[in-house]
Amino acid sequence: MDLSGGLIRSSLARKYWMALTGLFLCSFLVVHLLGNLPLLTGSKEMFNSYAHFMTTFPLIKIVSYLLYISILLHSVDGLLLARSNKAARETRYVKYNGKANASWSSRNMAVLGTLTLVFLIIHMKSFWYEMHFGNIPTYITSDGDELKDLYSITVAAFQQPWYAVFYVISMMGLGFHLWHGFSSSFQTLGINHAKYTPIIEIVGKAFSVIISLAFASIPIYLLLS
Amino acid sequence: MNFTINVWRQNGPKEKGGIATYKVSNISDDMSFLEMIDVLNEQLIIQDIDPVVFDHDCREGICGMCSMFINGEAHGPGRGVTTCQLHMREFKDGDTITIEPFRAKAFPVIKDLMVDRGSFDRIIQAGGYVSVNTSGNLPDANATPIEKQDADAAFDSATCIGCGACVATCKNASAMLFTSAKVSQLSLLPQGKIEASERVMNMVKQMDLEGFGNCTNTGACEVECPKGISIENIARMNREYLSASITSK
Repeated sequence: MDLSGGLIRSSLARKYWMALTGLFLCSFLVVHLLGNLPLLTGSKEMFNSYAHFMTTFPLIKIVSYLLYISILLHSVDGLLLARSNKAARETRYVKYNGKANASWSSRNMAVLGTLTLVFLIIHMKSFWYEMHFGNIPTYITSDGDELKDLYSITVAAFQQPWYAVFYVISMMGLGFHLWHGFSSSFQTLGINHAKYTPIIEIVGKAFSVIISLAFASIPIYLLLS
Repeated sequence: MNFTINVWRQNGPKEKGGIATYKVSNISDDMSFLEMIDVLNEQLIIQDIDPVVFDHDCREGICGMCSMFINGEAHGPGRGVTTCQLHMREFKDGDTITIEPFRAKAFPVIKDLMVDRGSFDRIIQAGGYVSVNTSGNLPDANATPIEKQDADAAFDSATCIGCGACVATCKNASAMLFTSAKVSQLSLLPQGKIEASERVMNMVKQMDLEGFGNCTNTGACEVECPKGISIENIARMNREYLSASITSK
């Protein structure tokens, strides 16, 4: 196995890692969305026990480390790729008609990815950090369990208009990132077939719209309610 | 037809270049873009100005030499054409046309619109060949059965003329479409399968060494390719490289 060039350092290898980590992060989005749906139904108990489960269950802990590594790898790898892409054209064109031959989202993956990363840092500081290391007030449930009240923290955060607006904009950015990224990762991994590629593209576009709108609906709902 | 031409002038590889503006008039709408440049150059010679240096050879869309980036697109606004096949009727009378060389670190400017595409030759040298004998005392061509689909796909890939429009168009100046077309045209056929793993590893290695960018799968290359080479080739190369990397010793 050629690890030095073929699967680590070559331009293609860097893209394989982008595709693999990107698809893994897509699967995380689905789980994350399902877990956060109780915010839309006002199920405080359900949401808090979900948050408790996600931070304490051993198997989830292992998957969460895989998630942190994926986020880090996807970001650093993306940064390195963007840097070498910039270096590959030292003199810029005076006139470059990008929209003539490629979609807007495909031409702005690095910008959209950076926006998503900034969002992620703020998002994790607000909730992930507070849940793990902050002082979130606890309460005793009817079953006698002690739970951290992340629900109230979340609802309070989204009732600040600027915070909710920032979330909605970030989710639109994520949506456009996925609009191209989902199907692009299959192409990178060598999956291009007359029969299946059109299906992958439709699924990717539907995925990006559903995920971004569903996530954006949470701050909008909490802000208005 | 009359046009205002903004053209990139650069005296040599190390010189600083810039846009110069010229007017051309009485251009026939049946002229090819290169013929329009010929008219401009005759005008410049009379005015004692250095003519614009540009690459051209066959002027029938086969050689791939006419490397111009016109109004922000490789080979201009037409689809499936090289610059010599682009006609002035594609433009409107009175238009301002901006002409630049193909830009990539791996395509250094020699002068004005002429660039050095030797990096493509070095990618071919790294593996774009078959070592089996294909001339002289050979078995009958039809003795080796080749599936029609594969023969067609290999032929489609082989129509790449190595013009570099894919690199020029790509926002990352990536040479993935060119390299993958050359990998595919050989690896799809039995004679090329023998060295397939080694070929894809070596050609990608050389592509990286030349300083081309990476593929973001925007698909811009296949839109601008004068020969309609599909990005299916890129997927095939991604596939072959992945399996070659895993299985190579």
